[in-house]
Amino acid sequence: MPDLLIELFSEEIPARMQARAREDLKKLVTDGLVNAGLTYASAGAFSTPRRLTLAVEGLTANSPTTREERKGPRTDAPEAALEGFLRSTGLTRDQLEARDDKKGQVWFAVIERPGRPAAEIVAEVLDSSIRTFPWPKSMRWGAGSLRWVRPLHSIICLLSDEAGATVVPLTVEGITAGNTTRGHRFLSPDAFTVTGFDDYAAKLRRAHVILDSAEREAAIRQGAENLAFARGWEIVPDDALLSEVAGLVEWPVPLMGVIEDRFLDLPPEVLQTSMKEHQKFFSARNQKTGRIEGFVTVANIETPDDGATILAGNQRVLAARLSDAAFFWQNDLREAKAGMGAWAEGLKSVTFHNKLGSQADRIKRIAALARELAPLVGADADQAEKAARLAKLDLRSAMVGEFPELQGTMGRYYSLAAGQPENVADAARDHYSPLGPSDAVPTARVSVAVALADKIDTLAGFWAIHEKPTGSKDPFALRRAALGVIRLRPNFPVSVILEKQVERGLLAAANQHAVGFRATIRINTPDAKVLEEAVDVIRTFPLTEKGEVWTKEAHEQFLEVREAGELYYLSSAPEDHFERFNGQAKAGRPENIAADLLSFLHDRLKVYLRDQGIRHDIIDAVLAQPGNDDLVLVVNRATALNAMLQTEDGRNLTQGLKRAGNILAQAEEKDGVEYSFGADVKFAETDEERTLFAALDTAEPAIKAAIAAEDFPAAMTAIAHLRAPIDAFFEAVQVNTDNQIVRRNRLNLLHRIRAAGQQIADFTKIEG
Amino acid sequence: MTSPNRPRSFQEIILRLQNYWAAQGCAVLQPYDMEVGAGTFHPATTLRALGGRSWAAAYVQPSRRPTDGRYGENPNRLQHYYQYQVIIKPSPANLQDLYLGSLRAIGLDPMVHDVRFVEDDWESPTLGAWGLGWEVWCDGMEVSQFTYFQQVGGHDCRPVSGELTYGLERLAMYVLGVEHVMDMPFNDPDAPIPLTYGDIFRQTEREYSRWNFDQADTDTLFQHFKDAEAECARILSADPVDGAGRTIPMAHPAYDQAIKASHIFNLLDARGVISVTERQAYIGRVRALAKACADLFVTTEAAQA
Repeated sequence: MPDLLIELFSEEIPARMQARAREDLKKLVTDGLVNAGLTYASAGAFSTPRRLTLAVEGLTANSPTTREERKGPRTDAPEAALEGFLRSTGLTRDQLEARDDKKGQVWFAVIERPGRPAAEIVAEVLDSSIRTFPWPKSMRWGAGSLRWVRPLHSIICLLSDEAGATVVPLTVEGITAGNTTRGHRFLSPDAFTVTGFDDYAAKLRRAHVILDSAEREAAIRQGAENLAFARGWEIVPDDALLSEVAGLVEWPVPLMGVIEDRFLDLPPEVLQTSMKEHQKFFSARNQKTGRIEGFVTVANIETPDDGATILAGNQRVLAARLSDAAFFWQNDLREAKAGMGAWAEGLKSVTFHNKLGSQADRIKRIAALARELAPLVGADADQAEKAARLAKLDLRSAMVGEFPELQGTMGRYYSLAAGQPENVADAARDHYSPLGPSDAVPTARVSVAVALADKIDTLAGFWAIHEKPTGSKDPFALRRAALGVIRLRPNFPVSVILEKQVERGLLAAANQHAVGFRATIRINTPDAKVLEEAVDVIRTFPLTEKGEVWTKEAHEQFLEVREAGELYYLSSAPEDHFERFNGQAKAGRPENIAADLLSFLHDRLKVYLRDQGIRHDIIDAVLAQPGNDDLVLVVNRATALNAMLQTEDGRNLTQGLKRAGNILAQAEEKDGVEYSFGADVKFAETDEERTLFAALDTAEPAIKAAIAAEDFPAAMTAIAHLRAPIDAFFEAVQVNTDNQIVRRNRLNLLHRIRAAGQQIADFTKIEG
Repeated sequence: MTSPNRPRSFQEIILRLQNYWAAQGCAVLQPYDMEVGAGTFHPATTLRALGGRSWAAAYVQPSRRPTDGRYGENPNRLQHYYQYQVIIKPSPANLQDLYLGSLRAIGLDPMVHDVRFVEDDWESPTLGAWGLGWEVWCDGMEVSQFTYFQQVGGHDCRPVSGELTYGLERLAMYVLGVEHVMDMPFNDPDAPIPLTYGDIFRQTEREYSRWNFDQADTDTLFQHFKDAEAECARILSADPVDGAGRTIPMAHPAYDQAIKASHIFNLLDARGVISVTERQAYIGRVRALAKACADLFVTTEAAQA
C-alpha cells in the first residue's frame, strides 16, 4: 500500500483562499483516484503561504481489472449503427460476438479493461486537478498559458512504500514533478529532497516552515497569550484574524508592542479595528484598566536582533495609522458637536443605488417612515424621526470612511457628542440589527422604529426598481432584511406602510432617471448648440435639485417632455435611460408592488416559522385569513393553532370542521346557493342538534372576544369546546335528509361551524 | 536599521534603484513628459505590456493626484510625488527574487526586516486593465505594489508582464527614518547646500493644492477634455497611409490624448464638479480612449513578437 505526497509550490497564495484550496485539492485528487478505481485509507491537506500539500495514505498500488458486457445493434442493422457501436466500445468488428436475443441476432461487446498502476492514474488526476482547480481568481504568468492562483514553481508528486520512493512522471506546462522543495524564503532558501510525507514535514520544520496551519494558529495563539500574560494583559480573541495571519506566515514569531499613551483616548473599537484591518495586529487589553493598550504582531522570521527592528518598524507604522485615526476622531467630533450638518449635506453626493438616488434621499425616506412607524411601536415620533435622520450620518465621517465596519458604532459616539439623548444615539448603533438569524434584536422603542424603517425602506426601494432576489442571488441581502423585519415583531398591519414606502421608492427612481438623463446629455453632446437646446427642454420640467424627491406633478411633466428630450438623446449613451424608464413605468402600481412584497415577507415568515417547527400547512391556513399583513398576529395564530393541533381534541375538531366545510361546499355547489344565514333551533329534530346550537351560542362570542383581544390560546380553547358536540352531531344526524326545511336548517347550522372555524384559520388547508 | 549600507538621501535611493535595475538588464528610461496619475500610464508600461515583443524597462515617473493635495502639511500625502516603475515582459520566474534584491540594494535586508507578500489585486478602470499580485509589506508597511498584468486596454496580456511599483517617498521615509516627508533629505545632508524635500516641494504643494481645489477653470478643463477626446478619436481614425504613401498608424500620439483626458478628469474631480452619476461615465470615456489606442497599438510593429 503506497502513500502519495503532492506539493504544489508557488508564489504567495492569498491567505483568505487557503482553507478552501486545501479542501478543493483533497476532493479533486481523491475523487479522481477513486473514480479511476483506486482506494485509499486516509487523506490530509495542508497549506502555507507558498505551498498546497496533500498526503494520501494507504493507496492501492493498481486499479482492478474490469470486464463489461455491452449490447449493441442487431446483426442486420444498418452499417452506420454498427460503426457507432464500434467507436463507442473502441473494439473492431472481429472482437464482437453475435448472440441470440429475443429479437434476433445481436452484437455483443465484451470490454476488458486491465488494471492500471497507481502512478499512471495519479499523474492523470493531478494534471487535470491542477488545470481545473477552482481558484476564486487565477492568473497566467510569463509566456505560459497555465492558470494558477499565483505563479506555480514546482511540483512534488511522490509515491512511497517499503521499497522506497518513486517520483510520479508528470509534466504540467513545463513544470516536471520531482521530489524537491524549498524551506522558508529567507531562513532556509535552499532546495532539499524528500522521501515521503513524514520526511517532508520534518525537513520543512528544520527549514523553518510549519506545514499545518492549525499548528501555526496554535503557536500564534499561545505565543501571543504568553506575551500578554507577562504584562498582566489579555489578547482580545479574533478567530478570523488568527486564521488569516496563519495564512500569511510559514514561521510565526509573535512580537508584542505597546500603544503610545497619546492614542489611548481613542474609542476601543477604533484601536482594535485600525490595528486589525491595516496591520493584522491582535489587540491586547490591560485587565486592570479594561483598555486596549498593546498589540501583538506576528512576524514571519527570526532575526539576529530578536525582532527589534521589525517591532520598531511596526510601531512606527502603527503610530502613523493611529495619528490618522486620532485626526479623524478629533475632526469628526468637531463636526458632530456642530450638529453633523456637513455630513448630511455630503451624503447628497453619495450614491446609495444608481436607480434609487443618494444616501441623503434614502435617509429622507427612512425618516418619514420612522415617524409613521413610531406610534405603532410605542416610540416618540419626533425622536424616531430625529434618530433616523442621524443614524447614517456617520457614513460621511472620516472614521467610517476609513473603517466601514465601524458604521453605527461611530454614529452612536457622534450622536452623543452632538448632544442627543442616549436612546436616539443608541438607534445609530442598533438600527442595523438584527443582521443575522441569531443576531440580537433591538428592543428600545426608538431603535425598533428606525431599524424597521431602515429594513422596510430597503425592501420597498429594491422592489420598486425590480431588484428582487432570485435563486441564490440576493446581492442586496433582501432576504436578511425581510427576516430582520419579522424578528423585529411589527404587530400592526404593514400593507399600507409597504405601499407608501414603495411609492417613495418609485418616485426616487423617477427622479434618478431625470438626473441621469441630464447627465447623459451633458456628457454625450459634443455640439454646444445641441446641448443648449437640450438643456432648454430639461428646464421645462421642474426637476428639483438633485437629491430631493420630486413631486408627482413633476413626474407627469417629465413623462410629457421625455419624448421631446429623446430628440437630443444621442445613441452613444452608455445606457438608454428612457428604455429603462419605460420598463419601470409599466411595472405596476405601488399597491401591486407592495402586495408582491408582502407575499415575499410571507415566504420568509414561512421559512422562519418552519425553523421553529411549525408545519407549512398550518402557516398556509393562517395566512389565508384576513389580517395576514400583521406579521406578529400571523405568528401568534400559527403558534396557537400549532399547539392545539398537538392535542387529540384539536385534531378531531379539525376533522369535524373539515367535514362540515366539505358537506356544505358540496351542497352549495349542487344547489347553487350559499347557506349562510337563518339556522334556527326550532327546526332541530335531535338532542345532538340542539346541543350543538347551544355550544355554538356559547363558543361564538367567546371566540370573537378572544380574537378581538388577540388572545389566540383562549380562542383555541373556546373552539375546542365544540369538538364533542360536532362529533356527536355527525354521529347522530344525517344532514342531507329528505325534509328540505330540516336539511336547509342543518346546512345553515354547518355554516355556523365553518364561520366559527374561519375566525381562527382556514381549516381546509390543514393536512391529514 | 543603521548600517554602512544605509542610503543617506532620497536621491541616493533613486540612484541605487536605477543602478540595480540597470544591472538586471532593464532599459533605464526617463519619465514620460506628460502629467500622469501613476507610472503605469507611461506608454512604456501601458502600451508595451501589449503584444508579443519582449520588454524590460525601469524609470522614475513623477505622478500627480490632484485630490491628494494637502498644502504640504500632511506628513505622507502629496498631490505630486514619485513612483519607481519596473516592467518586464515576459515576467521572469525569479521576479520576486529580483525584487527582493532591489530592497537589499536600498538597505532593507530581509534577514533583519519582515518582508511579506500580501494579496492585493490591481485594477485600473480608466485603462481597462487588471492584474493579480500583492502589496509588499516591510515591517507592516506597504512599500511596493507587485502585479502580474492580465489585461490592458481590454486585451489579454500574452505574454504576461510583471510590474513593480515603488512609492518612492514613503519607501524612502522608512529607509531614512523620517517622520514628515518635507523633512526628508533630498540630496546628501552633508552636501555644501543640503536640500530637504520640503525645500524643493513645500511651496509647489501649496500652490498646486490651491489651484487644484479652488482655481483651475472648470469650463476650460471641460473644453480641454472634449478637445483631447476628439483629437484622440481623430488620430485613431486617420488614414494609416500618409501623403507620401507610407503606412504610419499613430498609436502613441493618440495615447497621449488619452493620458491628457485622464489627467483633466482628475483635475475636474478635485474641483468637485463631477457628480456621482457623471463620474462613472467619464471614467468610461477615458477607458474607451485607452482601449481604442490599445486596439491600434497591437497592430503596430512594436507589438509584434
